[in-house]
Amino acid sequence: MGNIVMFTIFAAVIVISALLCVTTTRIMRAATYMLFVLLGVAGIYFLLDYTYLGAAQIAVYAGGVTMIFVFAIQLVSKRSLQGLEERVKASKMVSGGLAAFAGLVVVSLILFKTGYFTIAPTNTELPMKEIGVALVGAGKYQYVLPFEFISIFLLACIIGGLVIARKEEKQ
Amino acid sequence: MIPVECYFALSALLFFIGVYGFVTRRNLIAMLISVELILNAVDINFAAVNRLLYPDGMEGMFMTLFVIGVAAAESAVAIAIIINVYRNFRSDSVDSIKNMKW
Repeated sequence: MGNIVMFTIFAAVIVISALLCVTTTRIMRAATYMLFVLLGVAGIYFLLDYTYLGAAQIAVYAGGVTMIFVFAIQLVSKRSLQGLEERVKASKMVSGGLAAFAGLVVVSLILFKTGYFTIAPTNTELPMKEIGVALVGAGKYQYVLPFEFISIFLLACIIGGLVIARKEEKQ
Repeated sequence: MIPVECYFALSALLFFIGVYGFVTRRNLIAMLISVELILNAVDINFAAVNRLLYPDGMEGMFMTLFVIGVAAAESAVAIAIIINVYRNFRSDSVDSIKNMKW
């Protein structure tokens, strides 16, 4: 019962914040609403008893990515910060809304046609030791290869970001 | 316990709100924020399907973990590109990018 109440609260926070995030014209408010969405998703992970996943979500997304967004918004433009530049045209709003609604209808039709599973997920806390062993083990159902791949990828992203954002000297 | 359809419905709603934002917004940073919403919807789906079908496995959880890492790196590179676009075109709207080779 408590789970259902918590899920309802998290779902309401996520959906309302996401709607406000995509409809507001002020870019800093959009970033703040995105922070609420990310925290709500972390709450959903805690509800599924993926505690490590929720902690990673808060640390990486809510802590790191949101900070990057805030810095970028401050660096980029004063006019778009005050919401002066962006005017969303009504025709574009209607067509975007129609596209999103059509997709939603298709997905919900598939969900209804498949029928209900009626299995509620059984939640048991995943021990941290098991996660760590699976993350760096090289056996079956263990994930050292994607782990190393992600680290190489992060290195490539650091180098790429530096090269792109570097100020070019005048010739 | 919460039936798993609730998670699917929440994730579908979040996904299509993100699609709506990506289609309508013309600001580069706002479009990037919409992409983050879409990625979060996919993450919820991975975690819920993992709990539903394979309660003993960890595939969905690790997929979500790797998606979080990749999304962080991707948004950092995209922000670098956006700052470079602003430096060259003095605007952060997609309509201002007339030609990529400046």
